[in-house]
Amino acid sequence: MSIEIKVLGPGCARCKQLYSEAERAIAQLAAPATLIKVEDIKEIMAYKILATPALVINGEVKSAGRIPNAGEIASWLATTAIKQ
Amino acid sequence: MAADGNLAAIEISTKRTRSANKPIWLSGIFFVLGIALWWLVYSHLLSAATWLTSSLLRLDARTHVGAAVQFFTFEVPKVLMLLALVVFGVGIIRSFFTPERTRAILAGKRESTGNALASLLGVVTPFCSCSAVPLFIGFVTTGVPLGVTFSFLIAAPMINEVALVLLFGLFGWRVAAIYAGTGLAIAMVAGWTIGRLKLERFVEPWVYQMESGPSTVPDGPMSWSTRTQMGFEAVRDIVGRVWLYVVAGIAVGAGIHGYVPENFMAHIMGKGAWWSVPLAVLIGVPMYSNAAGIIPVVQALLGKGAALGTVLAFMMSVIGLSLPETIILRKVLRPQLIAVFVAVVGAGILLVGYLFNVLM
Repeated sequence: MSIEIKVLGPGCARCKQLYSEAERAIAQLAAPATLIKVEDIKEIMAYKILATPALVINGEVKSAGRIPNAGEIASWLATTAIKQ
Repeated sequence: MAADGNLAAIEISTKRTRSANKPIWLSGIFFVLGIALWWLVYSHLLSAATWLTSSLLRLDARTHVGAAVQFFTFEVPKVLMLLALVVFGVGIIRSFFTPERTRAILAGKRESTGNALASLLGVVTPFCSCSAVPLFIGFVTTGVPLGVTFSFLIAAPMINEVALVLLFGLFGWRVAAIYAGTGLAIAMVAGWTIGRLKLERFVEPWVYQMESGPSTVPDGPMSWSTRTQMGFEAVRDIVGRVWLYVVAGIAVGAGIHGYVPENFMAHIMGKGAWWSVPLAVLIGVPMYSNAAGIIPVVQALLGKGAALGTVLAFMMSVIGLSLPETIILRKVLRPQLIAVFVAVVGAGILLVGYLFNVLM
């Protein structure tokens, strides 16, 4: 089954940083995941976050306003995968 | 799922970090030792700079070059060390104040109390101007009044730890306290005024149509090791971003220190010139710099006879009223409301500038 990861943010430097951390996490796990960048503010606000960048895995907000490192993201991916 | 091996590896590595966590008393000892070491180095910076200038480089501190070199070699490590310590502390404090918790406190608050609370929380809640839009929407759609939201948005960038550290380090605690106090007052009064003016119609209509609701961001209890880690991350992030500006700013300061004659600025930016405060604000608003870059220049201005009120007004308008932030806010605010926002905050800054030129 595939995992869908979204990076929410209006394209700021910190959003790009989060995106590359997510990329590294996917590479670490060799996980079948798709990574999507969401830059539209209305779409971002649908997740009811207060700070960007935010990370969403399969529709669930995992972090907002900070940049979790690849290891942390990988462990979320792993838990999501186990649930599936 | 093909990644079973990897999953196991992750589990092992999580376990390892857990067992690697030192007992709390050991961390406490490391903390105290770290602070002691910091203080030891910090208290010897002046003698080190003097030794470097007079003994090693054989410069006379009474000459222009000597004064400039000594100023530079003392101020750079001093300011950077202060900055690292305070950013670390603030990073830990901020781990207690998430934007979600701040919103929960502010939702449904009445105006005056709300404005005061929002300004204070603006100081301690982690905030980056790139998050201004989600924060604005998240606040106004869940019952935080518009004026209260503005108090937060004004205080958050204006009173930041970098500005306070640099003011404290370079001018002493009184100037830092004046800056923080008047900055808070501006945020409270300006936000209250915007609330009184009933400007909700100048918020882009789609904002209020957004579906609102409590945040879904996980907000569990945090361990002290996570908080300390956040403190270190803040140091790496902020000091990494601003150190170059600090060095460059102090270099400019050193240049003025050694070479520009005393009272050179007194004519242009001194108390006598009534137009100096509005001019400082007019120059300051379109300028965008972080607090670190601007303060050493400010120091040189003050040292050479510019009036404190004028300099404070200049600094506040550079940091507190930034063009990029107003451009970002344009996504959710109509131009009329942005104009009111800039005018009200600008007026507050002018008032502070004049007040201190008269008082001090």
